[in-house]
Amino acid sequence: MISEKVIQELKEICGSKFVSCEKTDRVLYSYDATRKQFLPDVVVHPADARAVSRIMTLAHHHRIPVYPRGSGTGFTGGALPVHGGMVMGMSRMNRILDIDQENLVAVVEPGVVTGDFQKAVEALGLFYPPDPASLKVSSLGGNVAECAGGPRCVKYGVTKDYVIGLEVVTPTGDRIETGGTTMKGVVGYDLTKLFCGSEGTLAVITKIILKLLPKPQAKKTMLVVFDAIDGAAKAVSAIIREKIIPATLEFMDGRTLDCLRQTAGLAMPEGAGAALIIEVDGDREFLDKQIQRILAVIESLGVLENRVANTFEESEEIWKIRRAISPSLKKLGLEKFNEDICVPRSKLPEMIRRIEKISDQYNLPIVNFGHAGDGNIHVNIMADKADAKQMADAEYAVEALFRATLALGGTMSGEHGVGIMKAPYLSLELSSQSILYMKTLKKALDPHNILNPGKIFPDDDAPLSGEMK
Amino acid sequence: MKALEQYRQWCQACVKCGACRATCPVFKAENQEGGVARGKITLAQAMMDGQIFAEDRLVHDLSQCLLCGSCTNLCPNQVPTHEIVAAARREVANQKGLSGFGQGVAALLTHKTAMDWMSKGGDLASRLLCRQIPDTSGLKLRFPVPGIPRERTFPKPSFKPFLKRDIRQTVSPSASPRVLFFTGCGINYLYPEIGECLVRILNFMGVYVTLVDEQGCCGLPALSAGAGDAVDTLAQRNLKALKIHAFDYVLTACASCHGALAGIYPTLGADYQPFVEKTRDVMDFVMDMDLVGRLASLPRSEDRIKVTYHDPCHLRNHGLTQAPRQLLSALPQVDYVEMADAATCCGLGGTFSVHHYETSQKIGDQKANHVAQSGAKIVATACPGCMIQLQDSLNRQNIPARVAHLLELVCQALP
Repeated sequence: MISEKVIQELKEICGSKFVSCEKTDRVLYSYDATRKQFLPDVVVHPADARAVSRIMTLAHHHRIPVYPRGSGTGFTGGALPVHGGMVMGMSRMNRILDIDQENLVAVVEPGVVTGDFQKAVEALGLFYPPDPASLKVSSLGGNVAECAGGPRCVKYGVTKDYVIGLEVVTPTGDRIETGGTTMKGVVGYDLTKLFCGSEGTLAVITKIILKLLPKPQAKKTMLVVFDAIDGAAKAVSAIIREKIIPATLEFMDGRTLDCLRQTAGLAMPEGAGAALIIEVDGDREFLDKQIQRILAVIESLGVLENRVANTFEESEEIWKIRRAISPSLKKLGLEKFNEDICVPRSKLPEMIRRIEKISDQYNLPIVNFGHAGDGNIHVNIMADKADAKQMADAEYAVEALFRATLALGGTMSGEHGVGIMKAPYLSLELSSQSILYMKTLKKALDPHNILNPGKIFPDDDAPLSGEMK
Repeated sequence: MKALEQYRQWCQACVKCGACRATCPVFKAENQEGGVARGKITLAQAMMDGQIFAEDRLVHDLSQCLLCGSCTNLCPNQVPTHEIVAAARREVANQKGLSGFGQGVAALLTHKTAMDWMSKGGDLASRLLCRQIPDTSGLKLRFPVPGIPRERTFPKPSFKPFLKRDIRQTVSPSASPRVLFFTGCGINYLYPEIGECLVRILNFMGVYVTLVDEQGCCGLPALSAGAGDAVDTLAQRNLKALKIHAFDYVLTACASCHGALAGIYPTLGADYQPFVEKTRDVMDFVMDMDLVGRLASLPRSEDRIKVTYHDPCHLRNHGLTQAPRQLLSALPQVDYVEMADAATCCGLGGTFSVHHYETSQKIGDQKANHVAQSGAKIVATACPGCMIQLQDSLNRQNIPARVAHLLELVCQALP
């Protein structure tokens, strides 16, 4: 419980309109895209870094857990107030402070929506590539904290590859700056990279310095349908081996295509076992040539059909198929366990075979699609919520999936992070020494464990409290 | 009307992905979780589970919805948030009783003579109380009446409602198809000239229009206010009024009325079904009779005016977006231009703009800017509610564009 005196202080810091203990507001900040709910005691919306610093000092003094929150679209519970305390919404800090066209650098506040930022830089002929599926609503602060990815990462890299500097508030309330606006900089530890993907457990991000690229002149999209998954997986390696890195290289397995056919009326050739969406970008005159080279190297891998988009509308038609996947999976009416494993690209065919084996072993449909180009697959294990055995089996299947992934040199999460969802499996991937090292770091920076407690590390103090239902 | 509890499954279909944040006009203006669909759905669930009661904050958040349906269009699971919010508002009314304002809305709308009187009184009151502001359209005045924000500019209510007017028709009543016109309050009391245009256009097409004096409000404002009983009363009265006549079609020229007749009435019972199936927006109807062809054959005017179109939510959600654009493009006196975000809600939202005039203004300002950027001199639409809001927003921003119902422009073009 938070004392009335602390609430008063919070109101002085944020303005009374931006501090609420009302049940309605607590419910509104109790959830994220995991659909789990934990009630906070208070919700605050600071206006600037100074306010964030004062709040953290206060929270540190009174040992109040604080959970920074962007748009609340995470899949692993990063923003959930799992031990009660204070949700700190960053939505008021949503200004683009500078877009420097000479140095190709932008400075933003954490609450800026990713898609809005992309539009703003693209209007100037610039480009910010990271494109998580939720980009129309996700915040850049959240993207940095979780190190978000997206389809374009195969060519352009993930969020951390674009963050060159930060201003953060530490768990004890200090404001520090890391990195800067230069393209190079090796003075001291690289704290910028440390905070990227730290899931809000080490610092609250209050300002972000991002690197920009010139916007590619054009792009070209094509859809290639294969007779079997093996051919599609081999095609991914073949394209990369040919020294072509497409801007996106998305894949859909046979079950995904079936599902699209059933629920979204997708027309596919007879015997379609998998499909790739390949997009190349760059100078207009090179694109057709690249497409031709790609078609040549994959020709012998069981291609049933290829559709190259010649107009923006035709390209949108292809992307519509990709976007229809999630809704059509939902129409199956099953609970889906959505994992985002990542393996070395060359191991993709083997990984797919192992997933099929797991599907057979537990007798559960598994639907795979995702960013094949970087080996990042969205594995959806489907189970009937009303069937207790299926639900239990799905949990076992998830663990089997992680073990198979790690055996191939992969990782449990390419994009979504650990949060509370993957914390129980952490020791499958990280050695006890690694975990100890991380926890030592966390303990040194946040001695009272008040900043986003309960995330990443499984045996982190008390069991989660305050869960609704 | 369906109880909130009947939406439990729908609420569970919300996966809290937050996609609604990208489109919700209220969220975009206010940037608060309570404004957006997934927030309201979570609150509705907490209400059903007895975790929150109708506290002030909850009532406030539930009132922060235009019922525009844009979230549903974007939602991966097509969750009908506008229905859930309307049901939650009724649930609040059950728990706490209707707000004073809601009671006023329900009492007024269900009382037809009072509506007729208000219209006269409104004119009288406006002359006594309201300050006329200089403008281009001549329809606006300051309207300091309780419940209506002081700054809002408002069309002058008609001294003689449309249905009390003597409408001459040039077609025999025995012509087919037989058409009933569901007028609605906006056209009856505020913009009777739209009704006159509709009659003239349909007469031109050889169609006789039966006017039904016994009809009343469609019930949408009552739905928005959470007054479920009033919706039932109004729907029953309209059903009774329309049943008297033989008809092939019931036509509307107000998107909101169409939304009520085609969207809400089907949920009220089987009695409404025959009536719902025959309800068409007038644009849809004239398209089928090839009005576009007849307009396109008229000589193009030398002196054309730039016109853009605003999609009323209740037509957009019904999939009616192409017909108005085709009609406008075919008009000999019009150069049609598309504006940015034409399909975004204008920000009126039934009782929303009364509770949240500031937010409503912010949303309207965006719209007005898009009109200005399009370079259009006239913004056409197909809903009197949108017309009020659009003209108010343009006036406030000093943008010299005028709002017109699409039928007025069509009527102007007829030989």
